[in-house]
Amino acid sequence: MRQRGATRRRPQRYSAFGLLRHGLRHDDWPRVWRTSELDRRYDVVIVGAGVHGLAAAYYLASKHGISKVAVLDKGYVGGGGSGRNTAILRSNYLTPEGVRFYERSMELYRNLAVDLNFNVMFAQRGHLTLAHTDASLRTMVWRAEVNKLQGVNSEVVSPEEVKRLVPFMDVSNHARYPILGALYHPPGGIIRHDAVNWGYARAANALGVEIHQNTEVTGITVRDGRVQGVTTPRGEIAAPIVLNCTAGWASLVAGMAGVKLPIITHPLQAAVTEPVKVFLGAVVVSGSLHVYVSQTDRGELVFGASTDPYASYSMRGSLEFTEELASHVLELMPSIGRMRVLRQWAGLCDMTPDFSPVMGTTPVEGFLVDVGWGTYGFKAGPAAGEAMAELVATGRTPELISAFGLARFEQGRLVGERGAASVGH
Amino acid sequence: MILLPCPHCGKRNSNEFSYLGESAPRPTETGDAKLWRAYLYTKENPAGWTRETWLHSGGCGKAFLAERHSVTNEVRATWLPGRKEPDTTTEAGS
Repeated sequence: MRQRGATRRRPQRYSAFGLLRHGLRHDDWPRVWRTSELDRRYDVVIVGAGVHGLAAAYYLASKHGISKVAVLDKGYVGGGGSGRNTAILRSNYLTPEGVRFYERSMELYRNLAVDLNFNVMFAQRGHLTLAHTDASLRTMVWRAEVNKLQGVNSEVVSPEEVKRLVPFMDVSNHARYPILGALYHPPGGIIRHDAVNWGYARAANALGVEIHQNTEVTGITVRDGRVQGVTTPRGEIAAPIVLNCTAGWASLVAGMAGVKLPIITHPLQAAVTEPVKVFLGAVVVSGSLHVYVSQTDRGELVFGASTDPYASYSMRGSLEFTEELASHVLELMPSIGRMRVLRQWAGLCDMTPDFSPVMGTTPVEGFLVDVGWGTYGFKAGPAAGEAMAELVATGRTPELISAFGLARFEQGRLVGERGAASVGH
Repeated sequence: MILLPCPHCGKRNSNEFSYLGESAPRPTETGDAKLWRAYLYTKENPAGWTRETWLHSGGCGKAFLAERHSVTNEVRATWLPGRKEPDTTTEAGS
């Protein structure tokens, strides 16, 4: 009788009442998604079970009725960048294409908890990007104007306003890098990234999508310029569509299909402190100091930095990073000097020359890419998944992502988004 | 952290250097825009041994070539451009 949940097609719906009843009965929660045997053939194979791959699978099944889909991952769900980012969401980008795209993602994130029936803990606490130089203040005025034209709430505020929003911040002109102003983006905030991954995995699986963890793609078969399927240690899989959502490993997977990408993999390190009482509301970003800080619901401060200065697939933390990070954070917030760092980690970023993603078709028919996210990948997940699902289902590239095709590098039509990078890279 | 042996100054911490990216042959002078864009933008980005250019910007100011493993960050050779290349066999993807 206890097995009922595992064999039922639809997973149990989560609700406050269900939680209470479950707590009283003390029985095991059913598995959130089912595992299944690997089939020989799928309509779509998605490589990479991060937020991009899972979102694409979910929207394929929910919006387009395509559910013969397998999401393959060499590790576990959300084990790459989707579980290693600093979980900041915003849409205050620099180019109109970028702003429109990320605003669509924010729209989907706002309704995600209801859509997926999974508490993703999205908290729109406001997002402050500090300007320490005239040049960065100018870029922020530019960004604010582009944002407002696209209907995104974003404005440049004075140091006094920064002080009002984050009272313990050093906004005096005695600081080494005095704060001249900030770009304030009230809808920005943080989310629980694991919940987003699990929520998409659970909802996609409930619609028939299969998720295969520990299933590494070791080869992609291409015949006459068309993709035929993929090879895994568990066997060959035939599929007319293969979607590459592997972020830092994107060049390696694309290489299996003979497609070269304009991507360099850089590690990006982050760290988290011990938990303390909530004292920091907004997300604070400083480009000049190469740091971004937010406080989680549990009370830990999460710090992120710029990418490591050389290409690497190594996910080891470095002492240089911790030292630099600590000195920069203390410039902004001298009062947290006694807090201790609990742990640090690194994720891999797939950096492109113009800091914009690469989405859409490739010279190999049926082999699609949703890569090149660099340091922006997590916030883009829902919109990217939705757009890629539409491309797979209709065969046409949606307007929203048409500027981000792979061919733009050959044609020299780059979409320069570097000015919107949270920190200098 | 990487200890990088500058051919001129010896082993130094990597934060003294500027990473200039993987080294690839430039297109010929008659190369068209397409070839130049491929040279500028398209990267091998291997997970394994790779040849790249570094600049000792915080030191002697010399640019040099290095063979580094992109997964372990091990550096097995560095040499100045134009000099005799060290005898290493590049195993792509290893």
